[in-house]
Amino acid sequence: MNSFTYTSATAVDAAVREKSTNSKAAFVAGGTNLLDLMKENVERPTRLIGLNKLSDLATIENNPEGGLRLGALATNADTAWHPEVEKRYPLLSQTILAGASPQLRNMATNGGNLMQRTRCYYFYDLATPCNKREPGSGCSALNGFNRIHAILGASEHCIATYPSDMAVALAALEATVRVSGPQGERTIAFADFHRLPGDHPEIDNTLETGELITALDLPAQGFEKNFTYLKLRDRTSYAFAVVSVAVGLELEGNVIKEARIALGGVAHKPWRVVAVEETLRGATATEDNFREAATALLRDAQGYGSNNFKIELAKRAVVRALKQATEMNQPLDANAFLNSNP
Amino acid sequence: MSQLITTPRLVEAGTSNTSHIGKPTSRVEGPAKVTGTAKYSAEFNVPDMLYGYVVTSPITKGRITKINTEPVLALAGVVQIFSHENVPSLAWFDRSYKDDVAPGGSPFRPLHDNEIKFNMQPVALVVAETFEVARYAASVLEIEYAEDKFDTNIDLKRDEGHEPGSGKTGFMPPPPPRGNPNDALKNATHRIEGEYIHGAQHHNPMEMFATTVEYHPDGKITAYDKTQGVYNVQQYITKIFGLSKDQARVVNHYMGGGFGSGLRPQYQVFLAVLAALELKQSVRVSLTRQQMFSFGHRPHTLQYLKMGTNPDGTLAALHHHALHETSRFEEYTENVVNWSGMLYQCENVKLGYQVAELDVYTPLDMRAPGAATGSFGLEVAMDEMAYAAGIDPLDFRIRNYAEQDQNMKKPFSSKKLRECYHEGATRFGWDKRTPEPRSMREGNQLIGWGMAGGVWDASMQKAAAKATFTADGKLLVQSAAGENGTGTYTIMTQIAAETLGLPIEAVTFELGDTNMPEAPVQGGSWTAASVGSAVKNVCTDIGEKLLKLAQKMEGSPLKGASIDDVHFADGQIRLSANPSEAVVVRDILAASGEEKLEAETSAMPNLIKQQPYSMHSHNAVFAEVRVDEDLGTVHVTRVVNAVAAGRILNTKTARSQVLGSVVWGISMALMEETVMDHTFGRYMNHNYAEYHIPVNADIHDIDVIFVEEEDDKVNPLGVKGIGEVGMLGVAAAITNAVYHATGKRVRELPIYMDKLL
Repeated sequence: MNSFTYTSATAVDAAVREKSTNSKAAFVAGGTNLLDLMKENVERPTRLIGLNKLSDLATIENNPEGGLRLGALATNADTAWHPEVEKRYPLLSQTILAGASPQLRNMATNGGNLMQRTRCYYFYDLATPCNKREPGSGCSALNGFNRIHAILGASEHCIATYPSDMAVALAALEATVRVSGPQGERTIAFADFHRLPGDHPEIDNTLETGELITALDLPAQGFEKNFTYLKLRDRTSYAFAVVSVAVGLELEGNVIKEARIALGGVAHKPWRVVAVEETLRGATATEDNFREAATALLRDAQGYGSNNFKIELAKRAVVRALKQATEMNQPLDANAFLNSNP
Repeated sequence: MSQLITTPRLVEAGTSNTSHIGKPTSRVEGPAKVTGTAKYSAEFNVPDMLYGYVVTSPITKGRITKINTEPVLALAGVVQIFSHENVPSLAWFDRSYKDDVAPGGSPFRPLHDNEIKFNMQPVALVVAETFEVARYAASVLEIEYAEDKFDTNIDLKRDEGHEPGSGKTGFMPPPPPRGNPNDALKNATHRIEGEYIHGAQHHNPMEMFATTVEYHPDGKITAYDKTQGVYNVQQYITKIFGLSKDQARVVNHYMGGGFGSGLRPQYQVFLAVLAALELKQSVRVSLTRQQMFSFGHRPHTLQYLKMGTNPDGTLAALHHHALHETSRFEEYTENVVNWSGMLYQCENVKLGYQVAELDVYTPLDMRAPGAATGSFGLEVAMDEMAYAAGIDPLDFRIRNYAEQDQNMKKPFSSKKLRECYHEGATRFGWDKRTPEPRSMREGNQLIGWGMAGGVWDASMQKAAAKATFTADGKLLVQSAAGENGTGTYTIMTQIAAETLGLPIEAVTFELGDTNMPEAPVQGGSWTAASVGSAVKNVCTDIGEKLLKLAQKMEGSPLKGASIDDVHFADGQIRLSANPSEAVVVRDILAASGEEKLEAETSAMPNLIKQQPYSMHSHNAVFAEVRVDEDLGTVHVTRVVNAVAAGRILNTKTARSQVLGSVVWGISMALMEETVMDHTFGRYMNHNYAEYHIPVNADIHDIDVIFVEEEDDKVNPLGVKGIGEVGMLGVAAAITNAVYHATGKRVRELPIYMDKLL
């Protein structure tokens, strides 16, 4: 680990100014990923700008659009257990609680969650080439051990996945990311926040130099009646998703008024295809229609060897998630617990 | 001599409050562990200590061409960098580097020369005034390498396996074929064959390997080392560094898990001792979690089994062949296939065992070495055979029950496997199983029931112990045994207390110090038998001394009695024929005027008594899985493990040990695999985030049964040890349950969801 200096920011604009004038500076809040990366020498900031005293950013309150504003510094735990989140956005609550461990969720913040970096083995191991860590050095995963890697939207330079659970729900909910930067404040649609690797896998998102996430805005529609987050992983807790699916449905009887489907663990960002969701609008909630949607969602998927199975797994997961979301207001049977926790 | 005479008190005969063996006594070291007073190797803080940080090789094979130490040595706080360039002249011959558990070959010598033999090989030790400086300095140390081509993939070495030319302690080459295995297989009514595979697995104890070497002003050292055998480490470092035994004391009081990884001295102890001797200063070297993947592992093993049955469902033929990796420099061996020749009755058996050299570090015994692997292959094949022959898997095993060890052609000293089958099946409810695959389900969940079992050696090694009984009625017993969390402290305390009729609180057992009498490395499930027998013997010696003194007491009712005529209970020596005739033990020293009594002795296996017998522990495992029909996820919802392992000294710590074994079996079945990228020859999931072991949410009902088994041949205590046996067959039972649930026969572990789609 490098030596670094640490200062605790007391105002957003000062923090932004400091970060934008120092290319070796990094913001730190919960530190649940950054400190790991520093210990592994993957990241070597020389200055850490602590954010935890910016308590204005830790609130959760109504926003003017009839939705909820989640402060960037509210912890994942406080967000997941917030009464308004539980009531109006149970999909988000469930999704956050499917990630990490209680200890990590107590430290991790909402803004930091979006800033997580990939869990690709090669990215973390300085002994192997990695374009994301060291542009131009090559992608070891492409022909290596890539069971946990991307099947959608990857490039020849990088097949890493983005690891967050929370972001998958935020994508489905069409959240907006509020940021403060040297040029002032702006908002970024969630779908535009993370980027695909393309020729620059070292860049994870569309934040400009010095920009700081201040809040996440949730729109009014929370799909609180019919939703599910289905997370498939190699152990029941404390593991990243092999494939995950966040679904929000608005149903009128058996007819789908609105559908959102976002996939995690399959791409460099939460994966959504709006056109596929549109085909479900007005369709009946049947397994056949779900399967058709799943097939369409995965149409362009490509495996790289060890992760070929993810294509079929993702299709089945989408079908299951849509079924679970549809059936959730029907009487529970004895297997409900196991069925919802594959 | 004091003239004080204490009149013996009359006591009432009745049941003893000092019968401890077999009771669920809580861990005597529990309070020390939970209050933090129990110190682990990296927790001994000594004045003026330096910190070493290990630099490992990013390449798999080749040579170091340059180490640019100058800029790093110039950093504030950096004291020295050790590498092959400046290591002093050490012992020349391989034999000096061989520890008690070393396999054949040339042991790896850290920093010996510029040659790289495996990925993550330690190539330098940076020593600094703080750990943080050492770690930083290590990260900026530039080392240049010239890379050579390498082989790390056992899959490509199928034709290059060979029978090992030598073995290590405990290795038995498979017996020659018996009967007519080829013809018998050809003529069998039903036949199966298959290849069974698991990848490399790393021990991953919670506590990382670490050594704190305290450098004393007289040049002597004390090494607080994470090890399962302090004597093994002492002989290793004294031979290499030319020290006498009194110059190097090795201590290990507690381990945060070992599982075999601490059987051999690991390279951090070499590096810490080297640095301390060279710098004449105390040094601590701790490995990182990533570096815990840089030494021994359970080898990636390919097994091939063929079986055939006769029309009556008895086994006609059994072929079991195994091939696993070893390093280029040592020939690691373990007993993988031998068990198949003894677990079931079969007249026509062919066993084969080969190793192949790869550019990896030498594999290392990991809990139930060989048997965990072999019982996976054998017991999945047995399940396949049972299905092929149309017989219930449990019934099939009972039909082929081995009444004697056909490998050794000897009867078993005791064998209650049939009772394990029966009690386990009853507890599990096996009779309610419908045999057809996919015949049990609830909603999306396919339910499967599978079973398996195993066999492990009941061993005993020579061990010694010392006892000191003091006038305050306290007993101190010491032996340089290991405690890696299994309950050694507790069971030895129980044995000592019961032997002398004392309450648990009156006895202190100490271990893990080369200043104590020698004990073998803690492994092979032999600690209870070996050290337990030594403790019993030394306490019996104290008892004889007490009896002699008691007989000198005025009016002693014990006059003329031999040690066999009395017993110790409730703090008294009692005449067995008339227990109301007794002497209070605490009064004896007072009467004699002695301040303390001391004894030191050892225990050895009684080879004459043992020779006619094959001595083994057995188990039967029943598992229930729920598999998501569409998504392939597996949950192990119930396990019953029935174990016959002789006398159980402590039902609480024993149960805990078997619970741990079952959890590890679940882990082996569903999660564990160290994945190597053969482009780099490097294990890629070398951390706790990606090398998966179960979390609480993965573990459901586990039921442990200890079947009563008396055995007066294995050792005077009648114990067989339970460190390994509980793990046997667990992975196979789960694999078989997955077949029963899904109809898919998985032959390669771990059973990730990928394999069931």
